[in-house]
Amino acid sequence: MPTYDLEKLFQERIDQEIKIEPKDWMPDAYRKTNLRQISQHAHSEIVGMLPEGNWISRAPSLKRKAILLAKVQDEAGHGLYLYSAAETLGQSREQMINDLHSGKAKYSSIFNYPTLTWADIGAIGWLVDGAAIMNQVMLTRTSYGPYARAMVRICKEESFHQRQGFETLLVLSKGTPAQRAMCQDAINRWWWPALMMFGPRDSESSNSDLSMKWKIKRKSNDELRQQFVDMIAEQVKLLGMQLPDPALKWNAARNHYDFGDINWEEFWQVVKGNGPCNKERLEARKKAWEEGQWVREAAAAYAAKNKTRNKAA
Amino acid sequence: MRNSIIDYTLYLADSALILGQRNGDWCGHGPILEQDIAITNITLDLIGQARSFYQYAASLIGGDSTEDSLAYLRGEREFKNCLLAERPNGDWGQTILRQFLFSNFQRELYTVLTQHTDQTLAAIAEKSLKEVNYHCRWSSEWVVRLGDGTDESHLKMKTALENLWPYTGELFKGADYEIAVGMDPSSLHTPWFNQVEKVLQEATLPISSTEHIFMHTGGKQGVHSEQLGFLLTELQYMQRAYPGSNW
Ligand SMILES: [Fe+2]
Ligand SMILES: [Fe+2]
Repeated sequence: MPTYDLEKLFQERIDQEIKIEPKDWMPDAYRKTNLRQISQHAHSEIVGMLPEGNWISRAPSLKRKAILLAKVQDEAGHGLYLYSAAETLGQSREQMINDLHSGKAKYSSIFNYPTLTWADIGAIGWLVDGAAIMNQVMLTRTSYGPYARAMVRICKEESFHQRQGFETLLVLSKGTPAQRAMCQDAINRWWWPALMMFGPRDSESSNSDLSMKWKIKRKSNDELRQQFVDMIAEQVKLLGMQLPDPALKWNAARNHYDFGDINWEEFWQVVKGNGPCNKERLEARKKAWEEGQWVREAAAAYAAKNKTRNKAA
Repeated sequence: MRNSIIDYTLYLADSALILGQRNGDWCGHGPILEQDIAITNITLDLIGQARSFYQYAASLIGGDSTEDSLAYLRGEREFKNCLLAERPNGDWGQTILRQFLFSNFQRELYTVLTQHTDQTLAAIAEKSLKEVNYHCRWSSEWVVRLGDGTDESHLKMKTALENLWPYTGELFKGADYEIAVGMDPSSLHTPWFNQVEKVLQEATLPISSTEHIFMHTGGKQGVHSEQLGFLLTELQYMQRAYPGSNW
């Protein structure tokens, strides 16, 4: 059967909303795009543990400490599901991790911003997990089966994270003047980076057309971003706080909020590695990996010994 | 008796909290993603146990006392945790071994505590025992894996054992409040030692070389290592910096 038939059959399956499974034929570019996207997503979950993990030791109450530990642990679980999903495309977890450490693979730029106060933990849950959900809800319907199924599990936990983040800020918003100031300051610092999470404007996004055709993505960056702004602009009222955008305004004609210009220069600088914490984040991951080398080797050596012993017995 | 129950409850709470605080530093930095998740599970269990004990102590103390005032607003001389719990994480091997020695002790202690006449303590012990059984299993498996893994891992575990063993004696030396509430820990030593020795043997780690060494004490009486002050500074930072706030 000539190749163009395979491609045609593949596209027909996509159009009929039939999921693509690991053993199915798929165009090389489809495999590569999924692998890039899923592994990048997995790395984001793992690197994302660092800014929040930064506050585990200083969480202001035992209850908050437990909630934060459980949240960061959930993110580790998301990383696991996603690495497993990516492995179905033929790359090992170890190879993916090496690519992260060498800088070949990317992760979400949002985690290159620092968590400076306790309120940042609330702001991350509310805004960062909130933005991630927009994307992830869409991805529960993505065309690659293992990715879609991983997303279904992850989405449930992410919406829980978002509610917890909002609730953290709600307590601050009803607290002392210092707590309210902390809350507003965190929103000021996280709002624009959260908007950048949706990626470049549609007019400048290089991978979008094919991703839409293959139903890897189903909504454009700008559509998702607008949906997020509309949601948060309402929720911030419940906190009695402001979003740091004087241009933010309901537009009845569009039935959406208008909002101001994103600082794309900052966006590209952080992508290029010049964000406030790019170096620290990658170094922390590499350090954990390198210091864990002897542990992984010992576990492998012990497993091998056991195998030999069992054979001998 | 009432004061002794409070002190005893705080000893149990503090030991769980301080070890939980130590373990928490691994979250996001573990050697293997699955084990990062496992140690965080244990940390969550320990924090949960600490909360149950603090809540009970707070109810006995009365007034403004809460789980958070007890965890966040007492100074280092008031903390009664065993010294083993505050030992630094060191490498993954030392953390594993600390958990192993501590969890096996907790298992023996909680088993006896489930029979205590104080029903709240007995109930917390009962509930926690399920968790502790898992902590014992997980840490034992890792002690064996690392002890009997590579030459390098064996050496690291041997060093960890030398570092930590001198802090195990205190666990079995009864403080006044332990004796007063009828929980003299000395009887726990034999079952604890037998179990620990069995696993260490499987791990090819020599226990004989550590038999007659000096044992540190003081934690249960609030005389700690210099490290605890730094740990508490970090733990208590927010409550100290923003007194009287709700979180
Ligand atoms: Fe996540
Ligand atoms: Fe999340």
